[in-house]
Amino acid sequence: MFEVTTNHYLVVSFLLFAIGVFGIAARKNMITVLMSIELVLNAVNINFIAFSYQLSDLTGQIFSIFTITVAAGEAAVGLGILIALFRLRETTTLSEVADLKG
Amino acid sequence: MEFLTSHGSDLLFYLFSAFAIAGALGVVTLRNPMYGAISLLTTFLAVAVLFLLRHAEFVGIVQIFVYGGGIMVLFLFVIMLVNLHKLPQMRLFSGQAPLAGVLGLLLALFFGYFLLQARFLGPAFSAPESFVSVNGQVLGNSQAVSWNLFTQHFIPFEIASIFLLVAMVGAVVLGRRQ
Repeated sequence: MFEVTTNHYLVVSFLLFAIGVFGIAARKNMITVLMSIELVLNAVNINFIAFSYQLSDLTGQIFSIFTITVAAGEAAVGLGILIALFRLRETTTLSEVADLKG
Repeated sequence: MEFLTSHGSDLLFYLFSAFAIAGALGVVTLRNPMYGAISLLTTFLAVAVLFLLRHAEFVGIVQIFVYGGGIMVLFLFVIMLVNLHKLPQMRLFSGQAPLAGVLGLLLALFFGYFLLQARFLGPAFSAPESFVSVNGQVLGNSQAVSWNLFTQHFIPFEIASIFLLVAMVGAVVLGRRQ
């Protein structure tokens, strides 16, 4: 019971994922929402690494490198959008830019 | 002492997974994004240790470099650039926070159901052979990962480089003064 198995990693990954999803849905500040997306991607990476070890297959590690690449690109573009938004509206609060809500 | 030496990696796992979850909770609950970013850094470093404990040495170090270095500097730079002067009177959570809580709870039930059904075995070996060997020759994790990456996953690797170029151009165009 005390010995760490893949299940333990899945529990940690799931908790990070759930906290990240909650942050994406609940917070008003766009910077915090972007950070929550990073949390979710990290949770996915933990799963990849845990199953890579479980199956002793290197492909999980390769895939997590690609996930890190995509996360870096996503952070750069998301923060670029944030800067453009702040220049336009002087705010980073998401509820103040709900123009597409109709 | 014998307990520590025989269960050291397990204890490290529990310690650093606690750090990771505490950091994640800090990200979603702290009001100031600057504190949230430092909290996120805690999570990144703790997750890197979790990778190292699963013998993913190369990915663990890449995690520290890319997340702890690159992405974290990007976030801190933007937080300092965006002057959040009306932070104290802003409400922390939006009106859909209860709905988000329900969503998180549903996710908990969903994943918990599958986790209770799945039974994965513990580690049968300390370091898998395929993690460190190249063509049957034991070299190291970085060599094994790069061999795998450049022989079997070369096209995705090139696509990733094009993706990074597109993301870079996109970020420059978006951040440019009109």
